[in-house]
Amino acid sequence: MTKACWIWRTTIGKKAAMAVTGVMLLGFLVGHLLGNLKVFLGPEAFNHYAVGLRHLGDPFLPERAALLVMRLGLIAAAVLHVVAVFQLRAVSAAARPVAYTKGHKLNFTPASSAMFWGGLTLAASILAHLAHLTWGTLHQDFRHEVVLNGITYPYADAYHNLVSGFQVPWVAALYLLAQIPLAMHLYHGLWSACQTLGLNHPKYNHWRRPAAAVVAIGIAGGYCLIPLAVLTGLVTLN
Amino acid sequence: MNLILHVWRQASPTARGRFETYTANDVNEEMSFLEMLDVVNEQLIANNQEPIAFEHDCREGICGSCGVVVNGEPHGPHRGGATCQLHLRHFKSGDEIWIEPFRAKAFPVLKDLIVDRGALDRIIQAGGYVSVRTGSAPDANAVLVPKQYAEQAMNAAECIGCGACVAACPNAAAMLFTAAKVSHLALLPQGQPERTQRVEGMVARVNAEAFGHCTNHGACEAACPKGISVDFIARLNRELLKAAVLPPQEP
Repeated sequence: MTKACWIWRTTIGKKAAMAVTGVMLLGFLVGHLLGNLKVFLGPEAFNHYAVGLRHLGDPFLPERAALLVMRLGLIAAAVLHVVAVFQLRAVSAAARPVAYTKGHKLNFTPASSAMFWGGLTLAASILAHLAHLTWGTLHQDFRHEVVLNGITYPYADAYHNLVSGFQVPWVAALYLLAQIPLAMHLYHGLWSACQTLGLNHPKYNHWRRPAAAVVAIGIAGGYCLIPLAVLTGLVTLN
Repeated sequence: MNLILHVWRQASPTARGRFETYTANDVNEEMSFLEMLDVVNEQLIANNQEPIAFEHDCREGICGSCGVVVNGEPHGPHRGGATCQLHLRHFKSGDEIWIEPFRAKAFPVLKDLIVDRGALDRIIQAGGYVSVRTGSAPDANAVLVPKQYAEQAMNAAECIGCGACVAACPNAAAMLFTAAKVSHLALLPQGQPERTQRVEGMVARVNAEAFGHCTNHGACEAACPKGISVDFIARLNRELLKAAVLPPQEP
């Protein structure tokens, strides 16, 4: 335990915490994307997934227990990720009190430059997304009950909420726009996590950046499909 | 060729610094950057003015003492060389050149372009050594080193400790320097006995010296006069995390 505290006090330890929590959040993005792509299979299949999430582990676990554990884990990961970045930035701001008159950004990429502000944009987008499709506070027509196989559940009608939500063009446009910082953050974050966790080998090093690009574009592109399908009428309310 | 120089002048560590503008007239493109500064200093001395203080020793890219920031780039616009290896052929007549010291809290300015890089020495003292037996010289090649390890260790050992990685880093981090030193010794059999204490000691020192954190931009690698790869930073991180996670080795 003292060792864990010591590591956390080093910048490398905080970076490692950011890498691990970042990978956890990436794992959520993958699962969330796969689940939500079921929207293409129609309302039955999609709501079956949404209701199934609340019944995960049934009959061993009580209703929503598994979901609660996953949500608490994600919140803890997100909080640790953000706390670490603010502490690290404070350390680094103090490390160069006098700035260069002539700045030169050697080897920077747009993605590496946008990590902090892009990350904050993402955090704001995620809160708006939760208010839109999880809590329903930012939704014009949110249904809090769902009928599946003749049974009425006290859960949100995920299919209706998603489709009617994205039928508002400016909402869909904002969502699509938010995928740009997401892809950039994932690209630099994933490559950076490999470095931070010491995952390198001369044989595979040149694959790390392309692999990060494929994951970033794959995930952001996958999320883009959903509002695009609603806007083009491929996915409709009924 | 004629150059316009904006040079950081600071009389002492506590004095306020500012840029002064000088002209270097009739210098030629075969001259090194430091020779050009020598010419400017001769003129300043002839005019009874204080010459520009800059650090230098070997002037052949080995000692690592001459680092200054030229137009925002540590060691100037060329790659794979120190400031002393920069030649005026990289500039055009009439160019304006901004010359600044390495800027980091851990590298306080002593005078003009000279900074105190003692923080890097203290990182070395915290673990950048191996214990050897004294007495008669050991047999050559008694300790076998696999070729690929020897080559990687040599790549890391190329670090001359100039501090350009710190100067180039947007966070003034000393990761590439520390990574090179830790990797160099961790790759060799002679470095094994102190491997764990070394990485822990050096990283603790880095944090005590007010350096920043790594954001994996790779600016250090671009500025390094020896072309040391950021792959060594991944190795440093792995060494530290292994030291933290694995139990201490039982005899």
